[in-house]
Amino acid sequence: MAWNSLLAELARGTVTTVMVSLAGIVVGMVSGLALALLRAGGVPVAAHAIAVYVSVVRATPMVTLALLIFFGFPALGLALSPLVAAIVIISINTSVFQAEIWRAALLDFPRGQLDAARAGGMTPALTFRRIVFPQVWRASLPALVNEMSLVIKGSPAVAVIGVVDLTRVAVRWTTLTYEPIPPFLTATVIYVVVVMSLIRVQRYSERRLVAKYGTL
Amino acid sequence: MIANFGIVLGEWRSLATGFLNTVWICALSGALSLLLAVFVSMLLVSRRHGVRRSTQGVVDVLRAIPFLMLLFIVYYCLPTLHVRLSSWTCGLSALIVYNTAYFAEILRGAWSHLPHEQEEAGRAYGYTGLRLYRRIILPQIFIAAGPVLGNQMITLVKNSAFLMVITIPDLTFMANQVQAIYFVPFETILVAVALYWILCSTIEWTVRRMDRVALVRGHE
Repeated sequence: MAWNSLLAELARGTVTTVMVSLAGIVVGMVSGLALALLRAGGVPVAAHAIAVYVSVVRATPMVTLALLIFFGFPALGLALSPLVAAIVIISINTSVFQAEIWRAALLDFPRGQLDAARAGGMTPALTFRRIVFPQVWRASLPALVNEMSLVIKGSPAVAVIGVVDLTRVAVRWTTLTYEPIPPFLTATVIYVVVVMSLIRVQRYSERRLVAKYGTL
Repeated sequence: MIANFGIVLGEWRSLATGFLNTVWICALSGALSLLLAVFVSMLLVSRRHGVRRSTQGVVDVLRAIPFLMLLFIVYYCLPTLHVRLSSWTCGLSALIVYNTAYFAEILRGAWSHLPHEQEEAGRAYGYTGLRLYRRIILPQIFIAAGPVLGNQMITLVKNSAFLMVITIPDLTFMANQVQAIYFVPFETILVAVALYWILCSTIEWTVRRMDRVALVRGHE
């Protein structure tokens, strides 16, 4: 089989890997922030439950999580298609790591500003939107981009449940042609390019933020 | 649901075997890759430009690819180059090579933050080469890098679950087998998750303990 069709397949696999990761990251970012706020807010039972949840999910391998969602959830009556399951798996995994990133930024937030906002008559919601979020977001950005490269590196776990991502394309090509070296070498190059450009983005955003605001 | 957990408990032998396999796979590859990383980190700060650049290149590529990719490269590509390895050898060597890259980069980072005077003082007292490294530099970078090495160790445990793909009977593989036989996927894998959590928490706790010892000894 020709190089052209190999490259086309790998390109499709790359798109799947990137799209699934991106969807997971976006969902994970929102739910991670929610987890961090609930935990930092010290809501009595929720804060403890979230601490345990974060600790457990952080210790769960991506493959094991994939099996739990893809095989375990249907047994509870919640069947998911492989693609949806993939996004759910990545979201659950990354949300706890992103929760930790947000939490670190929230814990670092100067209390005096909160008092000032209250003295100025701002409601908690308004304080969060106008005062806390714009600064916390900035402090977390480099860590969040770093988390994206970790998500890309964890994403092949979804190949195990049958999503045809970049890794699975390479495996499929191997089993069809008995020539593993071309697909795997090309896939490696693609992963390296994607991850290294994310690292570039991280360094760039860090530099820009420091240049603009003096600190992160 | 409770009854299903009963089925899982009945299969505790399979899960215990998987758990023990995961533990020794991680302990062995963690120890070996730390040992290798000590040597690789020396190449990473080598005064020879070519050595340093090429080692850094390999380390950077390894750190940029997913572990499953490396595992498949070892598993599928080596046989076509007439290197035949058992799946155990494949899995362990992939795990060791992958982690060596991370450990080596961590040690290099800690080394670059070590005050240069330490090395100069060592040299002034007549320490050179390996002895300088072993007696002066290594103990300090180990202590400085302790927590980061511990985090990487947890990543190693989580990467080891990928070995199930090449049929190594680790915890995830065994849990998957049990769930397939009895069709109690949710409960079985939940028990596996709990076991991973215990393992990772133990590593975290140990690192924190060691960190406290380092603090007592006057390191930050």
